[in-house]
Amino acid sequence: MATVAEQKNEGMGKYLVVYFCILALAALQFVIAYQNITAAQMFRRMLSVAVVEAGVAVMFFMHLWSEKRGFLLFVVVFTIFVLLAMQFGWTDSFRLTHCGGYCS
Amino acid sequence: MSQADLTMQGHSAGMMTDRPFAIPTKKLAMWLFIIADTMTFAACLVAYGFLRNATPDWPRPFHSIVNVAIMTFILLTSSLTMLIGVQTAKAGDKAKAFRWTMITALLGVVFAVLHIREWLGLIGEGMTLFKNPWGTGLFGAAFFTVTGLHITHVIAGVIALLAVGLRYKNGRYHADDLEIVGLYWHFVDLVWMFVVPFVYLLNLAH
Repeated sequence: MATVAEQKNEGMGKYLVVYFCILALAALQFVIAYQNITAAQMFRRMLSVAVVEAGVAVMFFMHLWSEKRGFLLFVVVFTIFVLLAMQFGWTDSFRLTHCGGYCS
Repeated sequence: MSQADLTMQGHSAGMMTDRPFAIPTKKLAMWLFIIADTMTFAACLVAYGFLRNATPDWPRPFHSIVNVAIMTFILLTSSLTMLIGVQTAKAGDKAKAFRWTMITALLGVVFAVLHIREWLGLIGEGMTLFKNPWGTGLFGAAFFTVTGLHITHVIAGVIALLAVGLRYKNGRYHADDLEIVGLYWHFVDLVWMFVVPFVYLLNLAH
């Protein structure tokens, strides 16, 4: 049976791996910032990396992965639903970009 | 008969004693706060995105990524030190747990100082809430709102770390309480993962 100290070291090893993964993902965002691509492409790539980065942090740093599956589903489904519901304004934003708010 | 006893009579014993998702009440409260705060930040970032997308002369005032890279490194590292603090607290090493919690708070202070220094630099270049020398005046309002909300959370987190850490050291709080304040600290870190690309990196001067 593993001692408390051994379990602690094992846990620390896992957290260090997660920490370096998150650091690497954060560095990747800085690399993307210097790529010669359009703002829309840059936004999509950065958003994708940020979502993965945040997902890893929530699951392992905040221990959501080791909580009950019902709670994990509650947090994920509820949060995604509300975040998606906030996207209704984008069509209006593009209308302002493309015709200065005067097109019907 | 107390008010609590009267309330109990209206419910089955199972309803009153079962904890939702088998999570301690304080921890569940923190998760619910985090979910609610996620919505606040998401609303700010979506509004920021709306303005940035719909405004043709959006400024790109950031010439260097050094400061924001250092700030990101400090905040991510503070999440690791917080984890070490919680792990050592759960292992029963009170002195070490307290030390790591204070290191986390110190990293939070360093982050806040760097952030305020950056703000002062931008204000020195002529940026206010309503105008700036580079483009639309909306930029200042959007930038200060998003980063201001985040730095408020960092400062609140530092105060919470100090308060909970000291009470943990004095024996009034337990490892679980450190874990709960740790959840909040990781959340502050998590928000920064979205603020950096959208507010800083997408506005780099090329």
